[in-house]
Amino acid sequence: MFTKRNLTVIGLALTLTIVGAGCKKKVAPPAPPAPVQPPPPPPPPPAAPEVTQFTAEPGTIQRGQSSTLRWEVTGNTTSISINQGIGAVQATGSQRVNPSDSTTYTLTATGPGGTRTAAATVSVTAPPPPPPPPPPAHVATIEERLSADVQDAYYDYDKSDVRSDARDTLTKDAAALKAILSDFPNASIVMEGHCDERGSAEYNLGLGDRRASSGKEFLQQLGVDAARLKTVSYGKERPQCTDKTEECYQKNRRVHFAAGQ
Amino acid sequence: MRKLFAFLTLTAAALIVGQAQNTRIVIVGGGKPRLAVPDFRGSGDAQNVMGAFNQTLTADLAGSGLFDMVPKTSMPLFVPQQPGDFQQPPAATAPRASRRRDDLDLPPTGGGRWMRDWSNPPAAATHLAFGYTAAQNGSLVLQGWLYDLAQPSPATAQIIGNRYVGSLDEAGARKVAHQFAADIIMAGGGQPLFDTHIIFTSTRTGHKEIWAMNADGSSQRQITRFNNITKFPSVSPDGSKVAFTSWAKGTPAIFVFSVDPVRDLRFYNQRASVNGSPSFTPDGKQIIYASSAGTDRCCRIFVAGLDGSGYRPISSSSAIEVEPKVNPKNGNDIVFVSGRSGPQQIYRMNMDGGDVERLTPGNGEASNPSWHPNGQLIAFAWTQGFATGAFNVFTMNVASRDYIQLTHGEGRNENPCWSPDGSHIVFASTRGRGSSQIYIMTADGKNVTQLTTAGENFTPVWGK
Repeated sequence: MFTKRNLTVIGLALTLTIVGAGCKKKVAPPAPPAPVQPPPPPPPPPAAPEVTQFTAEPGTIQRGQSSTLRWEVTGNTTSISINQGIGAVQATGSQRVNPSDSTTYTLTATGPGGTRTAAATVSVTAPPPPPPPPPPAHVATIEERLSADVQDAYYDYDKSDVRSDARDTLTKDAAALKAILSDFPNASIVMEGHCDERGSAEYNLGLGDRRASSGKEFLQQLGVDAARLKTVSYGKERPQCTDKTEECYQKNRRVHFAAGQ
Repeated sequence: MRKLFAFLTLTAAALIVGQAQNTRIVIVGGGKPRLAVPDFRGSGDAQNVMGAFNQTLTADLAGSGLFDMVPKTSMPLFVPQQPGDFQQPPAATAPRASRRRDDLDLPPTGGGRWMRDWSNPPAAATHLAFGYTAAQNGSLVLQGWLYDLAQPSPATAQIIGNRYVGSLDEAGARKVAHQFAADIIMAGGGQPLFDTHIIFTSTRTGHKEIWAMNADGSSQRQITRFNNITKFPSVSPDGSKVAFTSWAKGTPAIFVFSVDPVRDLRFYNQRASVNGSPSFTPDGKQIIYASSAGTDRCCRIFVAGLDGSGYRPISSSSAIEVEPKVNPKNGNDIVFVSGRSGPQQIYRMNMDGGDVERLTPGNGEASNPSWHPNGQLIAFAWTQGFATGAFNVFTMNVASRDYIQLTHGEGRNENPCWSPDGSHIVFASTRGRGSSQIYIMTADGKNVTQLTTAGENFTPVWGK
């Protein structure tokens, strides 16, 4: 490739040749051309910036702690920036960072003389696990409370009136039910009416319903919130036992308390 | 039906004369026909389904209660399969010269080839059903005959001689057996049960669900899948719908489903702790049921549209009143169960709640009334004469209040319901091993046949 200077030299040579060829007469030879002046040397290229310091102190942190980046850039620069969201910075400075994971920061310094980069890494370690929380104090579920504190009320064959032992039972139940309803303000309680297996299944639908209703009325008189007591008759469809003995029949002639849905 | 049977023909000659085929079983002198039904055989691929065929044919005929069935052990060894297999016995021979061994001088027999081989002891049949099956063009073909053994020769003995075609599998074998049995039963003056259905409750899935089956116990199929407590079905007069009680939504409530296809027809339940014991009115347009609505005390009798609309109470008692059933003949007569006089008893009242009368005398507990299709009899369960809870099936003439006991303490016997023709009663019983199963019997309490074995099975109703 020709440089500009070479072209100039060739041009001069051609000119001299043409002039020489056209002057055959005795003419005083012209003065030799002035010696070609070498072109001035190009200015020296500007010095590239230099990153003299880029550190992270400390280089290792636990998650949640912070580290400090320090940097110093010398030379002619047009921009200096650090990635990872820090952006443009001055030639000398520091910045606190608290990355959540190990992060490598790259400083980029650009000037007329070129670009220089430097990297500094902050290693992040997981903190030690927190001590286990103390076990919570056990809070009984409504099912556990009903099972522990509320007794079934029992009934006579083909009867739904609350007999005397059931009055005692339901009176104790009333206090427990009030406490439970107070502790579980959004709960309702289902009173299930059950029958023994002897009457017809169809008739027992009615008998179970009446047992649950009479039990509910009794509790209502003792101040239990009737709006939160639901009743359902299971007739003889869900017996507790299936023996053909009076003991088993009595177990099944009952009102049972369960948590509402 | 029995009356038809009791047709007495005073002149046997009238039966003998003429070539015309008889169409009816007639017993000279009355009494039940004594029917011999030897095992039929099948040719080719038909052999494989003969077990189902013979079981079905015998069960249908025995279950009809119309016939005394000849035990198979009393039958001759040779079984005719078609009319040509019969032979005429030779003319009577002269008495033997020697009479010394009278005790061994048995009458000669054809071993089954002579009609008299079947009519003489030990078979002593009055009628013989015989025939065979064959596979033909991929179908099962039954050739079935019924012969009157009182006739002097095969030429005049035929009452039935028909060809029946079904699919070449067990279902087809049962179908042709049912059809042949139905023809024999109709010849005997009865109504075949074949093509009627029984709806019931079964625990076989682990939950009480509504099921359906054919009247011979075949094709048992699940109707509901609530996985809850679902019980107390009733069936519409045309057999297309069932109404029942389910706890699927928490408290007992009524549902109405179509049967085929199974679909929830969405009965609206009025707000009540109990809606239950539904049954259909005879026109199939209303549901009559028990509900605690309005009184918070189960239950009064209500009536509503098929969708639950327009409901209104009929009874006004403060007692438990359940299981209302409207008289299928006049539509204006309700039998139901009430505790208004103490232990549950059967009562009757008008459709408007008037003229209430107690039908059962007041002793024991009575439940589960069901109307005979004639609107004059009811079947029900009663503990009269037994311990509390020990129900037996009774029938009662509602006008005279005369009653008949049909079961006698073999377990608990409950929820009797008549077949659509009134000839049979289906019921639930704990007889046998103590689990509740579905049985049918003839209306006189005989020919008891068990239909279910899987899980426990309750509350059957019989529909078309």
